Amino acid sequence: MLFEQILFFLAAAGALGGALGVVVLRNPFFSVLALVGHLLALAVLFLLLRAEFVAAAQVVVYAGAVMVLYVFVVAYVGGSEEPLGPSLGAVRALGPMLAAALLAEIAIATIGTGLKAVGSRGPEVAAGFGSPQAIGALFMERFLVAFEAASYLLLLAAVAAVVLARRRRGLEDAGGERMYQVGRRPGTGPQATDRSSDEQGGYGGRAIDKSAARASGGSA
Amino acid sequence: MSMTWFVVLSAFIFCIGAAGILTRRNPLVILLCLELMLNAGNVALLAFARAHGDGAGQVFALVVIAIAACEVVIGLGLIVAMYRRKLPIDADEMSELRG
Amino acid sequence: MTPHAVSWAWVVLALPLAGTVGIALGWRSLGGRAAGWIGSATVGLSFLAGLGMLTTLEEVPPEGRHLVGSAWQYFGSSDVHVDLSILVDPLSTFMVLVVTGVSFLIHVYSIAYLDSDRGYARFFSYLNFFVFSMLLLVLAANFVLLIVGWAFVGAASYLLISFWYRRDTATRAGIKAFVINVIGDVALVIAAFLILDRLGTLDFGGAFSHVHALPRDEGPLIATCLLLLVGAFAKSGQLPLHPWLPDAMEGPTPVSALIHAATMVTAGVYLIARCYPLFEHAPTAAAVGAILGTVTLLFAATVALVQTDLKRIIAYSTISQIGYMVLGVSAFAYSAGLFHLMTHAFFKALLFMGAGSVVSALGMTNESIDRMSGFRRAMPFTFATFAIGAAALAGFPLLSGFFSKDEILSFTLHRGGVYEVLAILGYAAALLTAFYAFRMVFRVFFGEPVSEALSLERGELAHAEPRNPLTGEEEDTDVGFPGPEHHIAERAFSMKAPMAILAFLAVVGGLLAVPGLTSEVEHFLEPTFAASEHIHDRPPEFEQLTGLLVGGVLALLGIGAAYFVYVRRPSLARSARERVTPVHRFLVHKWYFDELYDCVFVRPGRALGRFGRTTIERVFVQGALVGGASGVVRAGTAFARAIQTGYLRTYALLLLAGVCALALYFLIASR
Repeated sequence: MLFEQILFFLAAAGALGGALGVVVLRNPFFSVLALVGHLLALAVLFLLLRAEFVAAAQVVVYAGAVMVLYVFVVAYVGGSEEPLGPSLGAVRALGPMLAAALLAEIAIATIGTGLKAVGSRGPEVAAGFGSPQAIGALFMERFLVAFEAASYLLLLAAVAAVVLARRRRGLEDAGGERMYQVGRRPGTGPQATDRSSDEQGGYGGRAIDKSAARASGGSA
Repeated sequence: MSMTWFVVLSAFIFCIGAAGILTRRNPLVILLCLELMLNAGNVALLAFARAHGDGAGQVFALVVIAIAACEVVIGLGLIVAMYRRKLPIDADEMSELRG
Repeated sequence: MTPHAVSWAWVVLALPLAGTVGIALGWRSLGGRAAGWIGSATVGLSFLAGLGMLTTLEEVPPEGRHLVGSAWQYFGSSDVHVDLSILVDPLSTFMVLVVTGVSFLIHVYSIAYLDSDRGYARFFSYLNFFVFSMLLLVLAANFVLLIVGWAFVGAASYLLISFWYRRDTATRAGIKAFVINVIGDVALVIAAFLILDRLGTLDFGGAFSHVHALPRDEGPLIATCLLLLVGAFAKSGQLPLHPWLPDAMEGPTPVSALIHAATMVTAGVYLIARCYPLFEHAPTAAAVGAILGTVTLLFAATVALVQTDLKRIIAYSTISQIGYMVLGVSAFAYSAGLFHLMTHAFFKALLFMGAGSVVSALGMTNESIDRMSGFRRAMPFTFATFAIGAAALAGFPLLSGFFSKDEILSFTLHRGGVYEVLAILGYAAALLTAFYAFRMVFRVFFGEPVSEALSLERGELAHAEPRNPLTGEEEDTDVGFPGPEHHIAERAFSMKAPMAILAFLAVVGGLLAVPGLTSEVEHFLEPTFAASEHIHDRPPEFEQLTGLLVGGVLALLGIGAAYFVYVRRPSLARSARERVTPVHRFLVHKWYFDELYDCVFVRPGRALGRFGRTTIERVFVQGALVGGASGVVRAGTAFARAIQTGYLRTYALLLLAGVCALALYFLIASR
């Protein structure tokens, strides 16, 4: 019992530390590494929860494959430091506050009188509770459709990834053109008013805006 | 050691992930925070599975991992495509959907 | 199986309608005078169908001469049944014949008269529409269809008064006519509601038979009859709803002849005659009608004495003569009133046709009798027919007007009570009538010929300048204005023939009701008025003959006085005028009715409109309602648009905020 508790706290600390690292660290590569650590700590927690197969899958698939993919992409894209420039200030401040609020709510729900059933150790479970046999039996019997759907989804994702990232002929010439002119609009943000955006020209371009301005000026 | 602690831990990780999405600008890191939130969900699922003695929670935790993998693939594919077209890798620059 | 007469009645209705629609749709392909011939043909055929109606009606025994034919049921519920049904009985047949007959003659007259007008086809389409509406009015078997015909007739009148629609005075006259008519329409509709309420049905037969269940002279019944009177007076141009009729002379002369002399203005008289059971059951209302009719006829006669516009003199004469008819039917002398309606149609239309010819001779630039003199030699035919018409109007012995007018007056005298006074006033006005009728004749046709008359004697018709005869302003001869050509009766056969026929009828028409000898009209109309209490209440022959004698003497006196004043000693008129200038001015301004109405109705109405436009419209509607509604929408959408920033993180923030709110709700709800 005590051993479990100590292990729980250690793993929890590791998980939280990894999570914080993901959010806080500037360099995206370090964030990835922090996440890997977080995942490993979670695997330990899963073991504590008698979910052996899931823990193994976590380590092999998540930490092993998905994170490696991340590392590849970070290396390719060259995750730089956070770029400078104006950012959405209000969101920056509001975000953590809202997250804290959510945390408070869930905590109150769990610790308070909301979720009574959680406050127990749980029933005694059979020996093969989280074993591969049990999981496999469940997949094949109760959750066959979910199983098939998940595999179909994986197929879709693979095809989509190929489609997304392929090279398109003619779209990128030597030097690479900018397909979408996304200009930095100085002084704009979510607080930008309608007028400035209209002046920049939406889908119709300047002519339509001019006539709209004339029409609105005439009827006023 | 009751299940409550696991659920609270899951809440913590979820909220840290949420705060991270709202705070960071690099889309890669945003995706990582998304992973955090998914993992938190996993923890909660497994905790409840253990609490009820039902293996369904574990099955769905596996499904969630599969889905997370798919979503990561697509997301990273998007980022790679952005990089290929020399667009800035910054969430605040992407506002084509404005209006 | 439908009685034959009703089938003829449907044909009578259908022909002018076909004419209207046909000319209206095919006007482009109708060249020259084709539209005129087509329009006249439909009305002529309608007249023949009316004759068919007459003969088939005569075959039915007198008690059963009340035939109803229904097209379809317009409205049927537990309480109210309204059919699209027409009624064939002696009264409606009489009216149909008068309307179609006189309309046919006027159509033929107009073929030549409006020859060069650019709106030729439009005119005949409108005229046919008018005939159709009038026939609908007189053939209706219930109040609903009557009101429909009533409204159509008002619309036709408006269209035809402002026929030359680019002429400012014409459009204003049209609006004036329509507005006053609408007052009558509203009164008629309210009366119909009251009838439905008290008598339970809108059908003529049913309503009139139920009226005997009500007490005599009951309040609501009197109110109903008074409202019917308001409607009748608005349509017939009686006091106080008369100002539109003189102004309606802005329309072309055939319009004045047809609508404002022979047919439309008699619709009021027809209404009172048709609803006679109601009036007999509420004698108070009938007395009010009689009194107002008498006041009108006196008023109009005095005003006609001093008017200088030829057509307006004839217009006031119309008002006066309809006053006689109203007096007749309100004094329960129905056949007398309706007989006068018929003879009046003849000689009044004739007078208008002659006036049209004379105005044409002046080049359409002037209608004032001050400018007319000595046309006797230049236009002999016009002179002859005009004189016959004026004589019939004056009541010259043995002409049609003589018999009809005096029949009314002797009946009224016989009624006794207040009616005696009214009859005496009627005789006095007859003297005035004779005077002003021949004032016209002597002023226009006798005396030194004016330059136009002299050139006409030489054979040259005066040149027409496009000019508004009333205001003298320049006009165009394109659509909306009178055409460049003009025709006088002597030169156009299609104008001569109707005038000759009408002159003949004006002379011999009286023979239909010589007291003691013939009483064709009364005999014919008897089945309709069989339920009247006064049907056998006729003055003895001796009284009638005395009345005729008095009337004849008065007419001759009037004619003689006019001859003396206007032919022998022309300066007498001028010196008389100078002697009683205030009276003269009072009469010339038509008893100041126009000014009164302007003060009481027009100015406040205009002020209200101005107030509405500036204050209510601008501040309230545009500002608050329109601006407010659109402003709210704009604000809402602006807010919604502000959320769509396009930034991923704001969307995520909103998502998270939503989740927090939901969690909060569940947290609280689960306590």
